[in-house]
Amino acid sequence: MAVQTPAATRARIARRKRWDVVFAVIGVVCLMIGVLTIAALLADMAVKGAPRLSYEFFTSFPSRHAERAGILSAWVGSALVMVVTAAAAVPVGVAAGVYLEEYAPRNWMTTVIEVNITNLAGVPSIVYGLLALGVFVYQFGLGQSILSAGLTLALLILPVVIVATREAIRAIPAAIREGSYALGATRWQTVRHHVVPYATPGILTGVIIGMARAIGETAPVITIGALTFIAFLPVREEAPLASLLSLEWLMAPFTVMPIQIFNWTSRPEAAFQANAAAAGFVLVLMTLAMNGIALWLRYRMRRAIKW
Amino acid sequence: MAREADRERAVEQGAEPRKAEIRGLNFYYGEVRALKDLNMVVHDKHVTALIGPSGCGKTTFLRCFNRMHDLYPGNRYQGEIRLYPDDVNLLGQEVDPIEVRMRIGMVFQKPNPFPKSLYENVAYGLRVRGERSRHAIDDKVEQALREAALWDEVKDRLAEPAFNLSGGQQQRLCIARALATDPEMLLFDEPTSALDPIATASIEELMRELKHKVTIVIVTHNMQQAARVSDYTAYMYLGEIIEFGLTDDVFFRPKHARTEDYITGRVS
Amino acid sequence: MTVVTSADNVAMTRVLPAGDRLARRRARLWRERAIEFVLFLAASVSVLTTAAIVFILAKESVVFFRQVPLADFLLDTQWTPLFDDAHFGIVVLLSGTVVSSAVALLVAVPVGTTIAIYLSEFASARVREVAKPVLELLGGIPTIVYGYFALLFVTPLLQKMIPQLPGFNLLAAGIVMGIMIVPYVASISEDAMRAVPMGLREGSYALGATRFETAVKVVAPAATSGIAAAYILGVSRAVGETMILAIAAGMQPNLTWNPLEPAATVTSYIVQVALGDLPHGSVGYQTIFAAGLMLLLLTLSFNVVGHWMRQRFREAY
Repeated sequence: MAVQTPAATRARIARRKRWDVVFAVIGVVCLMIGVLTIAALLADMAVKGAPRLSYEFFTSFPSRHAERAGILSAWVGSALVMVVTAAAAVPVGVAAGVYLEEYAPRNWMTTVIEVNITNLAGVPSIVYGLLALGVFVYQFGLGQSILSAGLTLALLILPVVIVATREAIRAIPAAIREGSYALGATRWQTVRHHVVPYATPGILTGVIIGMARAIGETAPVITIGALTFIAFLPVREEAPLASLLSLEWLMAPFTVMPIQIFNWTSRPEAAFQANAAAAGFVLVLMTLAMNGIALWLRYRMRRAIKW
Repeated sequence: MAREADRERAVEQGAEPRKAEIRGLNFYYGEVRALKDLNMVVHDKHVTALIGPSGCGKTTFLRCFNRMHDLYPGNRYQGEIRLYPDDVNLLGQEVDPIEVRMRIGMVFQKPNPFPKSLYENVAYGLRVRGERSRHAIDDKVEQALREAALWDEVKDRLAEPAFNLSGGQQQRLCIARALATDPEMLLFDEPTSALDPIATASIEELMRELKHKVTIVIVTHNMQQAARVSDYTAYMYLGEIIEFGLTDDVFFRPKHARTEDYITGRVS
Repeated sequence: MTVVTSADNVAMTRVLPAGDRLARRRARLWRERAIEFVLFLAASVSVLTTAAIVFILAKESVVFFRQVPLADFLLDTQWTPLFDDAHFGIVVLLSGTVVSSAVALLVAVPVGTTIAIYLSEFASARVREVAKPVLELLGGIPTIVYGYFALLFVTPLLQKMIPQLPGFNLLAAGIVMGIMIVPYVASISEDAMRAVPMGLREGSYALGATRFETAVKVVAPAATSGIAAAYILGVSRAVGETMILAIAAGMQPNLTWNPLEPAATVTSYIVQVALGDLPHGSVGYQTIFAAGLMLLLLTLSFNVVGHWMRQRFREAY
């Protein structure tokens, strides 16, 4: 290699270092693509939908007349479906996570279970819809109901809950468990009185993230056959508490927020698109709020518990 | 023979040409002062060893020479390391660390070959310098591998991944990689602590030959190694240089009690 | 009966007769076992789910393939299942899936990899703290909203640049899908790069390399299988995506390789059929299960390969 003058070397180094700057700029630009997308999305929906956001919007049923249409049946349906989802996913998911972390021996059966959980996390949501259609709706005869939808979404977010539970449990130091056993507690007592309570914040974070995902899922619910024009509530208006408690709403036909948005987006009239924008805005805010709460919980947890 | 005697006398009189001079070096990790007012001379084309108990700052000191501390936030240098013959302060704000690292190479404690072929590992330093001529790179790679006493073992498998080599071979590869760019100084950070005795011996032999070409500064926690390999030794303790001089003097005629304690094993 | 007393302590009169103690112990063991079994059942729900998915898809597909030969399914170039002269060429739907996924990858791979390299090798801790939640948010937006965005924002925007672009097209859907996948690709790639040991980086810097050279010539190559895994898992996401395509690409089956056209994908076809009336047991009903089976096989293969690569990468470091 020819010997270079110091000036030439320095010039070459400067040229090479310029790439550092160029790449950093490109990196920030790429990040901005994401930021701008979120911003454009929110702005577009806010601008188009804001005129429609009113008390009436939240308390009216959908209608052929765009100005009178509202999301009452949609958000009530979403709320009820979420109740079923949580009621199914949380116990099963936490129990499964506890089993895998505290009880499961290292054998082939455990490996099969773990592989299944990883695989299910990657199955497209519409396949869950097909599962629900074939099994819940027809085989079990649950029909096109809130119960079917809730169970399907519960299966969908089950891997999320299980993984969150396992990670939360893993964070608990062995010393705590050993302290409990040393006092003569059984495994279940240790789990019930120590492991699960200490893991609860982490589990909660995972559950919230799972629910945020479930509330926005459209494909599986469409496949089950949630109808897109529902002008009644699954709960009787004259006696809301009674009909809630009687659980008759579980088998009622219903709609959810994403489907209402889908229905309105598919209509060419600009007025309906404004409705879609408004409903979409509400949905995104709900999702962002739930994710935000989960993030905040995680942040608080990292600072609070110092084992 | 006569020239050997001349050289020895010159060394004793301290008239050996200097490669680097450390003046008032302090180093801070954040608020913690890890190096305290170091003053030392590194003699050209000789091996200087830094020894001392763990935590004494010898690795911290070594990494000042090639500005490795610049890679991590919160570090601060104070004082000077002047490199000769052009008398530039390596630690100066206006001096580019990349330029420093092009003149001073480093071999690490754990061999760190890149996940590339043997050839590409040695060629890496040349490529980042802009060398494009395949012919020139071939020559340099062969020369560097010969100087690292690795050529005969690997000349037929230069395209193989570097991970296939044994630990000792990997370390010699890293030495070849550092040599390929004709550095003026080579820094060795405990180069044999992860190697078996045979590999260690071959690396030490290598150092004895390389010093005729490059100035070497080596950090080692193995006193015997320092005694075997180095011409000059600095004993460090808690961030200070307690004693510096000819290796023989430091080991057999130490001037300070602390040095003697370490040498004789009273302090680990 | 054994009662243990000691001179100094109060007599431990609560020690039970041996027979009683044994009974209690047995009861406790039974209780523990029962609880463990219940928990085991909860964990096996995942296995049951997989079994149920395979069962239902296979069951309906078997009926389907008794009526439609497999060769026709794979080779026919028309997809008209509800006509009298019905054709069942899945290639038609696959073309939509392939084109939209290709567009999505063209967006997600460069952007996601760049973000990953930037966050892993260049960005300060503060930038990373802000960027990570932003990326999580990007990945958390419901796909129906992305569909809305693709149809009513991106398509009009593209139409300004490409006037002949139809209202439904694969391009807008693909682009938005790509943006949706970016966080996924970026986070897996970044994890892979952060796992590369610091020693490798220091070796590169010690030879006088710049940050860019180290990132691109040493760190990224060292993380190759992890990054490849990210791409493969990203493909799987794209293939399985439904709503963005259902809304923005139209649901008309169309054998095309041109992203400027509308087309149905395997996933949006299922939605289209589900929106109509589905007489249980009809051929229409069964086509969606055959399509679902194809979808599952595709995504499963991608996922298996992707996870295997990730596992191998983790073991290497």
